[in-house]
Amino acid sequence: MPEGNADIIRLNGAEKHFGAVRALGGVDFHVGPGECVGLVGHNGAGKSTLMHMVAGTLTPDSGQIGVHGGIEANYSVSRAQQLGIRCVFQELSLCPNLSVAENTRINHASLRGFGWRRKAADLIAAKLDEIFPGHSISPSDIVGDLSIGRRQMVEVARAFTVIQDRLDLVILDEPTSSLDSHTAGQLLAFVRRFVAGGKSCILISHVLGEVLRNADRIVVMRDGKVVVADAASAFDRDRLVTAMGGAEARQRIAAEIAAAKPGASPLRVRARPAAQKDGTDLVACAGEIIGLAGLAGHGQTDLLLAIFAAASHARAGIQVTAPVALVAGDRQADGIFPQWSIAQNIGIRSLARLRNRLLISPQREAELAQFWQKKIGIRTPDMNNNIFSLSGGNQQKALFARALGSDAEIVLMDDPMRGVDIGTKLEVYDLVREEAGRGRTFLWYTTETEELDNCDHVYVFKNGRIVANLRRDELTEEKIIQSSFGDAA
Amino acid sequence: MASVKSLLTKPWIWSFLGALLVWLATIVFTGGYGAGGMVTAALSLAVFTVIVGVGQMFVITLGPGNVDLSLPANIGLASAVAMKVMDGNDSMIAVGLLAALACGAAIGAANYLLIWALRIPPIIATLSASFIIQSIDISYGRGLQIKPPPGFADFANWQVLGIPVLAILTVLFTVGAAIALQRMVYGRSVLAIGQNIRAAWLAGVNVGRIRFLTYMLSGALGGIDGALLAGYFRGANVDIGNEYLLASIAVVVIGGTSVAGGKANVPGVWGAALFLVLLLTMLNTFGVSAGVRLLLTGLIIVGVITAAGGQKALR
Repeated sequence: MPEGNADIIRLNGAEKHFGAVRALGGVDFHVGPGECVGLVGHNGAGKSTLMHMVAGTLTPDSGQIGVHGGIEANYSVSRAQQLGIRCVFQELSLCPNLSVAENTRINHASLRGFGWRRKAADLIAAKLDEIFPGHSISPSDIVGDLSIGRRQMVEVARAFTVIQDRLDLVILDEPTSSLDSHTAGQLLAFVRRFVAGGKSCILISHVLGEVLRNADRIVVMRDGKVVVADAASAFDRDRLVTAMGGAEARQRIAAEIAAAKPGASPLRVRARPAAQKDGTDLVACAGEIIGLAGLAGHGQTDLLLAIFAAASHARAGIQVTAPVALVAGDRQADGIFPQWSIAQNIGIRSLARLRNRLLISPQREAELAQFWQKKIGIRTPDMNNNIFSLSGGNQQKALFARALGSDAEIVLMDDPMRGVDIGTKLEVYDLVREEAGRGRTFLWYTTETEELDNCDHVYVFKNGRIVANLRRDELTEEKIIQSSFGDAA
Repeated sequence: MASVKSLLTKPWIWSFLGALLVWLATIVFTGGYGAGGMVTAALSLAVFTVIVGVGQMFVITLGPGNVDLSLPANIGLASAVAMKVMDGNDSMIAVGLLAALACGAAIGAANYLLIWALRIPPIIATLSASFIIQSIDISYGRGLQIKPPPGFADFANWQVLGIPVLAILTVLFTVGAAIALQRMVYGRSVLAIGQNIRAAWLAGVNVGRIRFLTYMLSGALGGIDGALLAGYFRGANVDIGNEYLLASIAVVVIGGTSVAGGKANVPGVWGAALFLVLLLTMLNTFGVSAGVRLLLTGLIIVGVITAAGGQKALR
C-alpha cells in the first residue's frame, strides 16, 4: 500500500438525481485498505448508483470523490482502472461470442504481440484455479456456450487478474447470485484471503448471511441514504432487516380500503407460476388489488405476461375470466408508440369501441382522450401533440389511461412507477383504489415496498416461485424482506 | 398561405413535385410536343406499380425486416393463371380475375406460413418462396394459351377523354386503401405493429392475424396486378413482373413511407409511381442509354432514402 493507511476511496455528500427522482441524497461512504465492506438495502435503495460512482460509470451531481487520499475532479472508468478499482457488475459484461481468453484480453491492453492469446489463457486459467479449484472451464471455451454460473465465475476471476496495473479494490455486486453453494463458498473464501492480503472488497448481496459472515463492516442503505454503518460484529440478522425496512411509522391508507371490502366477489384470476412446485396459486377476485412483491426479476413480470397471454389463448395452470389490459413499466420497450399523438396512444387498446361501423371515429377518440386528460391530469395543451412532448411521468399517465379507459376488468401493472415522480405516484394510487372500488381487479408488481400498502393481499416471489402469501393485516415490510431474502428460512 | 404550408409538411408532396418537375423538363426539351400523351402513358403504366406498391407499403409498414420479395414471381404466375382460366373467352373474364386474386392471396398466405411456422425472416421467406413460385410458373405456363380475351385486352387499354379507365379505378382503390390505413382498426394495427411490435401485443393488438392479413393482401394485389398486366400487354409470360421488385419498394420509399415501419401514406405511392415512369420517359427522350437509366434510378432511390433519413433525425 503506497499511501499508508489512507482510504482507498472516499465519497463525501454524493448526490444523484435522475430527472425528478432522487437516487442518492448526500451519501458519505469510504473503504479502507484491507477491509471487506458489505452493502445491503432493498431494490432502489441506491446501492447500484453508489457503486456506479465508485467505479466511475456515473458522476455525482454534487459531492466529492477522493481516491488514495487525493481528490479526483475528473473521475472516470479509465481513471478508476488506473487507480486499481475494478467492478464486477450484476449484468454480466462478457462478450458471448468470444472465448474466455479473448474476454480476458479486453481488460488488459498490455497483452499484445505474438502469442497474446496464449498469455491471456494462462492468466485467466491461473486465476480460475486459484479462486475456484476444480473448475472445469477451459480458456478456449466460447463464453456463450458456458452456463450462467460458469460465466459468472469467469467474470469474477477476470476482475482479479493482474499483469502490471495495480489492484486495490474490487466491487462484487451480487457475485453469488448464479453460483451454487459450493462455488459460492470458494469465492467467499477467496475474498477473505484477498482482504487478508491487504486489498479491499465491497460485497453487495441479498443473502444477508453471506454479508454477515464475510464483511468486516456493513453499510445499510435506504431511500438513497446510508442509514447505518457499523462493524459487522455489531449486527445480527434481525438488526439488519429492521435497518433495511425502516422503523419509522408510515401512514397507511389501509383502514379505508379494508373497511369497504365485500366478503365474496367473483374470481377474476387464478394463476400458478411455471416454476411453482407446491400447489400455491395466485388468486385475485373482483375489486381486489393484489401485490406481487419480492426482489426485482424473480418471476413477477413473467407471471404477469403469462396471465396476459392466457387471456387470449388458454394456458395450463392459468384461469382468467375477464378482459385484461397491461400497464408497462418499461415505457419505451413495452408501451409507447413513438410516432403517435397522446390521444392515439390512449385509444389503441379501445379501437373496437371507438368504431362507428367500419371506421374509427376521430370524435370518439378525442372524447376518450379528453375524458382521461381531465380524470388523470395529463399535463399538455393539446392531446394531439406527439406522445414524446410529455414528461416521463405524464407518458406513464397516458399508459394508465390506455388501460383504465379500456374494457379491461383486470389490469396488470408491471412495476409501472419506475422513475415516476412522487406527485404522479400519489395521483395514480388514488385512481387505482377508486377503480378497484368499482370492481376492477389490479395485479400490481412493484419493487417499491411502500406501494404494497395500497394492496389487499401480497404474494412474495423468489426464484420464480411464490414463497409467501400475506393478507393485508399480516403485511409488514419486515415480513416481505424476510421472505424475499430468505436464505436461512 | 397556411394551407400551402401545411401541404409542404406532407411527406408525399415531394414525390408529386418530382413528377411535375420531370414532366416539365421533358416538354421543355420536346418544345411542348406530346405533353398530353405523356401524361396518359404515364398514368397507364403507373397503375401497375401503384397496385403492387400499396401492398408493399402495408408490408413494409409492419416494421424493419418486413418486405415482400415474392411479388415479381407472384405477378408472373397469376398472369398465367388468369389467362389460362379466361382461355381467350370474354365470358370468363370475371372468373379469371378471381382466380388471379385467389392465386395471389394463396401465395401471400404461404409467405406468412413460412415466416410464422418456420420463423424465417420475411426477406428470406418471400425470396425463397419466389423461387418456388417461379418454378411452378415455368412448368405450368409452358405451351399454354397466354393471350387475353379481346374484351379484357380492350378493357385494360380503355381510355375516356385521354384518361385510362384503369387509372380511375385505381384512384378509387387507393382512396379506399388510405381510409383503411388511417381510419380502420386494421390500418391502425399495422401502424402500431410497425412502431413497436411488443407494445402492440401488450396493447391488445392481434399481431399474428394482422401480419397474416397484410401478407395476404400484398399477395392478392400482386395477383390482380398480374392479370391486369397480361391484359394490358396482350399476353402473359414468366418475366412480366420482373421490374416490380425494385419498383414496388422504390415507390413506397420515395412516396414518404418510413422504411423503419409504423409510418405510411398512400398518396405518395401515386406520386412516386408517376415520378418513376416520367423519369424513364424523360431519360428516353434525352436519348440516354439503358445503363445510365438504371444508374440514375438507383441513385435517385438512394438519394431519397438519405433525405428521408435526415428528416427523421430532426424529430
